[in-house]
Amino acid sequence: MTATASAGLAGGTHVSPAEPRPGPDSLVPHHAPPAQRPSRGRPYATGLVTLWLSVVVLLPLAALAVTSTEDGWGGFWSALTAPSALAALRVTVLVSAVVALLNAVMGTLIAWVLVRDDFPGKGLVNVLIDLPFALPTIVASIVLLSLYGPDSPIHVHFNATRYGLVVALAFVTLPFVVRSVQPVLIEADKEVEEAAASLGAGGVTIFRRVILPTLAPAMISGTGLAFARAIGEFGSVVLIGGNIPRHTQVASQYIQQQIEIDQPVNAAVISVALLVIAFATLFLLRIASSRSLRRETAS
Amino acid sequence: MKTSRPARWSLRVVALGYLIALLGTPVVLILWRTFEPGLGTFLASVKTPAAISALNLSLLIVAIVVPLNVIFGVVTALALVRGRFRGRGLLQAVVDLPFAVSPVVVGVSLILLWGAGGWFGALDRAGFKVIFGLPGMVLATLFVTLPFVVREVEPVLHEIGTDQEQAAATLGANGWQTFWRITLPALRWGLTYGVVLTVARALGEFGAVIMVSSGFAGVSQTLTLLVHARYVDDQNTYGAYAAATLLMGLAVLTLLLMSVLNRKRRTT
Repeated sequence: MTATASAGLAGGTHVSPAEPRPGPDSLVPHHAPPAQRPSRGRPYATGLVTLWLSVVVLLPLAALAVTSTEDGWGGFWSALTAPSALAALRVTVLVSAVVALLNAVMGTLIAWVLVRDDFPGKGLVNVLIDLPFALPTIVASIVLLSLYGPDSPIHVHFNATRYGLVVALAFVTLPFVVRSVQPVLIEADKEVEEAAASLGAGGVTIFRRVILPTLAPAMISGTGLAFARAIGEFGSVVLIGGNIPRHTQVASQYIQQQIEIDQPVNAAVISVALLVIAFATLFLLRIASSRSLRRETAS
Repeated sequence: MKTSRPARWSLRVVALGYLIALLGTPVVLILWRTFEPGLGTFLASVKTPAAISALNLSLLIVAIVVPLNVIFGVVTALALVRGRFRGRGLLQAVVDLPFAVSPVVVGVSLILLWGAGGWFGALDRAGFKVIFGLPGMVLATLFVTLPFVVREVEPVLHEIGTDQEQAAATLGANGWQTFWRITLPALRWGLTYGVVLTVARALGEFGAVIMVSSGFAGVSQTLTLLVHARYVDDQNTYGAYAAATLLMGLAVLTLLLMSVLNRKRRTT
């Protein structure tokens, strides 16, 4: 299974550097198809598509954007900087950053073991990596609560703590780094590593000087996607997070709360903030990936 | 890299340990807790009237969303691959947009558009309930599943080109005949793959749906909402485990289908 396809299952965004076909995300520059027969033009089809995308995607987002500025820019600012809103955003970004870094390290390590190591049951482990993408997020929540919640058989209670948030987000974002580093590691030239070793380089030096530079673009893109996914996550944290304002309440829970207490403008403002963070992350990733692509073609 | 034996072993232990703690143990534990009281208890729990109606509602949403996504997904992919028009790049970006939007934000956007106080609030006041009704849940699911069919069909369209279609046209086939006999058969595996992804996501969507559903048991509860309601509102932990296991079974089925389809796609 391609990570690109499965990434979307759970609402993630994914860029896979090793995949030439246009994946389901705007990060990969969509290659213009080879010049085919000039289209006879099906204006009605284009119109239909535009109408469809507008009704399903664009109009709702437009309503969101307009509502967020309903009370003017001052209103926008004060909704954004309300203490509990800021706290929720801070918790979200902080926990997501921790989870993204955890993914960068553990995801690369897991990819390494899956590619370079051999042990019985490796195939099964490889398939299981995709499980978090296939599993509904609320199921992820229940699954983690059974081990780390109030009924924990090992007496680890992460519910309503920030550790709970980290565990939940680490669960749902697990495949991103693994699936973007894995193909690069498979393609990586072992001979360079062996040459370095024959010249007397130790394991750590080889990793730092030879392997890490090769893997870096894939690690960065996987980590960034995990971060973008984590900041918007709702289903997996809704049960284990506890929704304690200014402690474990994440931005998506704050938004839901504002809708429940009938403050749609506040909800819209924080929604816009989340969208901006996600788009900024994806935009930076796109720049990073095109830069590393250019460096590759230059060398 | 020639890693020393102890180094390799410690890497393996750390990687597998992490996976066991995060993934393996919780999944096994929930399976054990679901089936430990016996298969009968599990079946009784997933056959309560509320659970049956939740399953039916989830399937109904899938039955509405899949055909819409197939039709509009194929048309969109065709327009994106074959069309030469201004703003094509923009359409590409719009198709990917749902992947970057948090499910809760999807729900909020729909409320602000279709809700009583929203842009199309007149519909709501006229008695056509979109938010807190089935149309709202369908729209939420459509939003989050929109890219799947398009993005699976698009590369196939790139690959097959238009030679065969042109040949068919030269032999006198009209547009519809060419589409049904040449284009659609070529798209079948890509399309099927897109549909599998759509079904899986539609069954599993939670955040967007909970925002726009009234969440009444037996009326407007999907399977994922049932899991949530049983755990939070009913304090029925076992019921939540059982419903979650049911959903997990569907997810594993999806994984299997996807790997089979992937192999098929590669060989045909």
